Formats: sequence, structure tokens, C-alpha cells
Amino acid sequence: MSTANLEVIEAPNPIEQFLRMDRIPHIWCPGCGIGTSVNCFAHALLETKKNLDRVAVVSGIGCTGRVAGYVKLDSFHTTHGRAIPFATGLKLANPDLDVVVYSGDGDLFAIGGNHFIHAARRNMDLKVICVNNLLYAMTGGQSGPTTPATSITTTAPYGGYEPSFNLPQLADAAGAVYVARWTTFHVKQLARSMSEILNKKGFCFIEILSPCPTLYERRNRLGDGLDTMKYFKASSKIRHGAPTSEVALTKRGEITVGKFIDRDRPDHIELMNTQLRAQLGDKFVEARGLRCD
Amino acid sequence: MPSDPRGVLTGVHFLDGDQACCEGALAAGTRFAAGYPITPSTEVVERFAARIPRVGGTFVQMEDELASSIAILGAVWGGAKAFTVTSGPGFSLMMEHIGYAAMTETPCVFVNVQRGGPSTGLPTLPAQSDMMQARWGSHGDYQIIALCPNSPQECFDLAIRAFNLAEQYRVPVMFMMDECVGHMTEKVVIPQADEIEIYPRRRTKKTPDEYHAYATGDDLVPEMVHAGEGYRFHITGLTHDERGYPLMNPKSQDHLVRRLHDKILNAAGDIAMYEEEGTADADVVVVSYGITSRVARHAVELARSEGLKVGTLRLITVWPFPEKKLQKLARSARAFVVPELNLGQIVLEVERVAKGDAKTYAVTHAGGTVHRPEQILEAIREAAR
Repeated sequence: MSTANLEVIEAPNPIEQFLRMDRIPHIWCPGCGIGTSVNCFAHALLETKKNLDRVAVVSGIGCTGRVAGYVKLDSFHTTHGRAIPFATGLKLANPDLDVVVYSGDGDLFAIGGNHFIHAARRNMDLKVICVNNLLYAMTGGQSGPTTPATSITTTAPYGGYEPSFNLPQLADAAGAVYVARWTTFHVKQLARSMSEILNKKGFCFIEILSPCPTLYERRNRLGDGLDTMKYFKASSKIRHGAPTSEVALTKRGEITVGKFIDRDRPDHIELMNTQLRAQLGDKFVEARGLRCD
Repeated sequence: MPSDPRGVLTGVHFLDGDQACCEGALAAGTRFAAGYPITPSTEVVERFAARIPRVGGTFVQMEDELASSIAILGAVWGGAKAFTVTSGPGFSLMMEHIGYAAMTETPCVFVNVQRGGPSTGLPTLPAQSDMMQARWGSHGDYQIIALCPNSPQECFDLAIRAFNLAEQYRVPVMFMMDECVGHMTEKVVIPQADEIEIYPRRRTKKTPDEYHAYATGDDLVPEMVHAGEGYRFHITGLTHDERGYPLMNPKSQDHLVRRLHDKILNAAGDIAMYEEEGTADADVVVVSYGITSRVARHAVELARSEGLKVGTLRLITVWPFPEKKLQKLARSARAFVVPELNLGQIVLEVERVAKGDAKTYAVTHAGGTVHRPEQILEAIREAAR
């Protein structure tokens, strides 16, 4: 047998085009789910054939906040909790952009919680992707607003006792037009949901339940990343359209996943333009991109 | 380049300082404002909300000052010129994003119509007690520019200047009004659009392959791109390299933070604006800014009628502090008198720069109203002794 005909085929991974490969390796731990979610996001961009020059990613601070630094798009790593109001300004200045907010549970729902509910109320055309790893990971594993009661964290060394947020219910109540939850085990469904929100107008929200083996699972003696994936697989029930009041998470309890809300209402820019045109008539000058030059 | 005529309300008007500031922002080409209501600044955004749908732009009332102060930064990266407006308590909440704007070199203007503090303080009454906060309020080392108007006409003229400086140096500019200047109504002349010079955004001509978000030339100010143009750039508040990528080590920190300092301090002479009168042979120079400069003027007239040799220096640019001017005056005059509506802020700068060459007298006031001219006169007499 001759080796002369052997050819080394170096097919690049199809998602490399979406990543800043000059920044790899990334900072995320083995077993972490954030990278998995970014993989799903890249597949959603591939699937939807979005014009990548017009997709912007805005992150806050934290482990998930680093997503903006790895995606090869116009990307903004902002301040803690303020990705949504930054994204609001970005979208209003250039409504042609698809603006994705990609951040963690502590960033979006503790320090940034007020901005989340107001952007949902306004129906600002933002796609909010939240990786929920149940605590503050970047700072070493402190309790957050999503940490299930009785969990051990560095700031709840005897177990937490505060009730946690049910994020889909919060998003639903505040007015989001699309609300889904998946785990990092559900990569196909997650990528599909991401494709759906990239093609949907208005305030869309996806919660992604993710392992944090380094800080959550280890301290709570729940095994490693693989054990968490097994838990996600065994305990998740897909219930599309489930009332969001029934999908609260508990420590290692059943996980309701699926698309809970998919509805339509006019978004902020449409409401603004409609009202101003009705009141001002010909005097209204619609702002289509606020280019200073 | 000349101003976009759509935003310029050419003519002679009778406006208060808040409204004139709004007209200045519009004349400067500002088409985005985000705000949160707070006395005594709200009239600026109220007017903007009424005017902007007829000009072509967007106003959004945000849920708090944290949100409005970063919504404007998002709007700038989306291509707009943008500003936010507030007063003391809101200014405190905005500090984080003044730092973020300085670090990411986002050109923008923060208007602070100062009222008495600390805390809720005197919502409807004047003070000048946020002058040090404007300079130092956010954490870390950085530089900003701060301007102080003393009339509605200047609220218009200097608002344009504030936006121009923000664009030229890619820095947040603090527009430090006070309740008196904000609420006093006077004649405001708005010129033709083609008579208003606008400093254009420093847009790059480089291709995405050549472009590095934070590469600079001799003036240390990088070129800008906007989202949606195919540059696929990255912006972060972390210490970063020329590409905008996080690079957190002492060398990178030193290089970046010193550049953020130097780009402003190297240009301090060009940025400095002041009004000087009668200083050549003065024994005493009264240094003031904002509304206090108008009270000081009367005090100086009274002092001169007593035969005292008194000059005035009105600071229009307060930050970067016009050190060279003050150093020169410290060598020619015997003393400085510094009245301000606080318990001694800018007087500390005067004293620092004078280095003992001239004595420095503070005329403090906790705010709520302006000085009585006699208070300043008394200090002038003492300084001239």
C-alpha cells in the first residue's frame, strides 16, 4: 500500500468563523456549559444565515459576560448588570442591528434585574440569553438570586434559605414575547430556540441551565460536569407552553424545559413611531439610524 | 464641518439655561438622549423630548441613572452623538459609566445641573459642590474635561464646545451647570448652522483587516468605528491592548492608563478656556466659575471703588485645571480669592498650583443661594492687606 495518495484534509470547524480564534483558549473551566451555549449560538447564526456584520453581542460582567470577548462580531463587554441598557442605546441608535444580550444570572437578575424588567415592559427588540449556573462563578461561587434554597455557597456556608427567582415567570410577567428554558444537555433544542429568537421581533428571553462543576456542584457534593449532564438528561421534562408559574427550579428537582411563551406585540420602536406620527403628522421625522456623520 | 441645520433653532430667544443647553446639544448634532427625571435638570430632557421627533432622533426615559448613563454609550457605538442630564444624586449613580466611557474612550457629554448636597440635599437650590466628584468620582485613574457656563447663552455655546471636545479627545465631558444658571432666563442668540463649527467623529479610514480599535498616533487618540459596519470589533472595560482585547498585566495597565491621562493633559493648553480681566497689575485675583463668577464681578467693582487693585479670572474649563495660567498669575499677584458654592474644592487646586507664590483665600458657601458680594469683598480686602 502506498501512502502517496493519502491526503490530510483540514476542514475547519464550521463555527470557527464566529469565534475570535486568536483569543482561544477561553477561560471557562472543564465541564462548564457556557462554551456549549456559545456553540449552539454559532449554529443558530449559521442556521439563520444572519448578516454577521449586523449582529452585535453585548455582555455584562462574570463568566458568561466573557462571551462578548470570544464571538467574532461587534461585541461589547460592558459594566456589571448594565448590558441591557447599553444594548437599548445601541438598538435605538441603529435599529438595523440584531442586538443579542448574552450574560449570566447574577448579572442579569441581581444587579441588572431592574433593567431586565423594564426592557421587557418596553418590548425593546433585544435577544436576551442567560446562562444560569445558579451562582456567581467569576468571583468564587457566592449565592445569587437564582441559587436554590439549601445550596452551599461561599456566602451561604450553612446552606442558603432565600427563595430564588423563577426566571421564565419573571420574563413572562414583565412582558417578554418569547420565553424558553433549556439546559446545556439540550443542544439541538437550544440552537433551535436561538434561531427562533434571532428571527423574532421584540424582547426575547432564553434561560440556559448550565453546570458549574468548579463552584456549585463541587461544594454541594453533586459530582462533576458529566454528573450534572446526566442529571439534566434524567430530570428534564419538555413541556412547551407550560404556565411559567409552574416551572420554578428546585435543588436537583425536576427541570421543566421548553418554549413557554411565543406571542406578538408591537416593539418599542414601532410603538414610539406610531404614537409620534399620530400626534405630529408631517412634522414627525422618523429616526432611521442616528449616524452622527 | 458645519452643523446640521435641522437641529439649529437660528434666531434670538429668551431661554433658561436648561433649555439653552438642550438647544446647544441639538446644534452640536446630538440626536440621542437618555435621562431620568431629577430636579433641577429635567427641563433639558423635557425640551429634548419635545424637539427631537421633529428633528429626527430619539429620546428614551430610562429606569434610573445607571441605565441612562450607559444607554448613551450604547447609542454612541451605534453611531449617534449622545448625552445624558442629571443632578447630584443621579450624578453619583452615573459615576460607574463615566469611568467606563473614559476607559472605552466613548465620546459623550454628561450634564450636571448642580444642586445642594450631600444626598438629597437641596433639590431646588444651587450649589457647586460636585466639582471634585466630576473629576474624581469614578474609581481608578482617568481624565475628563469639565466646562462651567455662567449664563444661558453660554449654556448654548459651551454645550457645542463640550460635544466638540468629547469627539476630539474621545473622552466624557462634564457640563457643570448649577441651579441658578439652569433656571435663569436671558437672551440667547442661536446663529446660522453654517456658522457653528462641529468637530466630526474621528472615523477610521482603515479596512477591517488593518483596523485596531485602540491604536493611536501622536495625539494618543484612537480612531473610531460603529457597530454594523463589518469591523467585528471588541470593546471592554477591562484593561486592554490595541486590538481592544483584555490584557491584564502591569505593563499593559501602565501603557493604557498613562495614555488616557496624557491624551488630555498634553492638550490641556488647547482645552483651557478662561476669561481674564484686569490681572496685569492686580494685587489680588478673584478666581471663580459658573454662577459665582457673576456675583464676584460685583464684589470686584466694589473693591475697585475702594482703590484696590483687583483682577478676575473666570474659569470656563475647570478640568483639566488650567495650571499654566494660574502659575503665571501666582507669580504676578499677591493673592487669590476663590469664592465657590461649596466648602472649598477648586480652591484646593488654586492653592496647589500657586505653590505658595501667592496666598489663597477661600470664600466658602454651603449652597442654597449665592454669595453676598460683601462676603467676597471682605475676602478681597483681607487678601489685599
